[in-house]
Amino acid sequence: MTDKTKTLKPKDKTQVSTYVEQTKPGKVFIPDVDIYETEKEIVVLADMPGVIPEKLNISLKDNILILDGEVEPLKGKEEREIFKEFETGRYFRQFSLSQVIDQSKIEAELKDGVLKLILPKVEKATPRKIDVKVG
Amino acid sequence: MRWSAWPISLRGAFEELERMRQQMDRLFEDLSEGILREPTFSAGVFPLVNVSEDKDNYYVRAELPGVKPEDLDISATVDSLIITGERKISEEENVNFHRREREAGKFSRVISLPGQIDPDKVEAKCKNGILTVILPKAETAKTRQIAIKTE
Repeated sequence: MTDKTKTLKPKDKTQVSTYVEQTKPGKVFIPDVDIYETEKEIVVLADMPGVIPEKLNISLKDNILILDGEVEPLKGKEEREIFKEFETGRYFRQFSLSQVIDQSKIEAELKDGVLKLILPKVEKATPRKIDVKVG
Repeated sequence: MRWSAWPISLRGAFEELERMRQQMDRLFEDLSEGILREPTFSAGVFPLVNVSEDKDNYYVRAELPGVKPEDLDISATVDSLIITGERKISEEENVNFHRREREAGKFSRVISLPGQIDPDKVEAKCKNGILTVILPKAETAKTRQIAIKTE
């Protein structure tokens, strides 16, 4: 029997590179995402470890979806750092959506550091099958 | 007339050297600050961990988004911590992927601790995708405060 499950390798976090400077100091990272589309909706899954629901902002305006989550420092005040392999900061990412989304029906769930966002397409954006008549 | 020009250009040269020296100092300062702010060490094994300590405990933290506690196995000896587990991502069928950046898979890592601990009292918790392991220091590893007597 062969075990097909692959071994995970650590990935360096990618910092956001933007010309717009942040007003708050600190690093800003790009969360890893999975985005898939079904007939009725677009689903976004984003890894945002350390983000609590109260510190996560999701907005959709003019078909631009923005994910913005803050991470509180993990280390307690009395703790002294011995070694550090990963850094924490904000998570920020934006997407332009090609489909028209029904904003009133967006659902978001943040669980174990993973955000699941369900963006239902508006009725008219769901694909309709068009029959081609033979003349 | 070449001699009279000397002192002036010499002074200019020294000023220029001094300015260069200052620039080099500043460059090195920036560089060393930059290096210190970056993660100091990486074993290249998943998951990446941050280790810290206080008077009583060592703390090991790792980012494990979407990993359920039942898929994690943590064990400790007097001087090491072992984290093994699997990150599962549910397979969606009949969907059209736009992006696929999140990865699933198994992991296993042994972390050598900087001092001895009490393996029976190790605590681990998962919150918001962050694993925190609290490892109480063994009595022998604790820093003892020594009172200085005045004579």
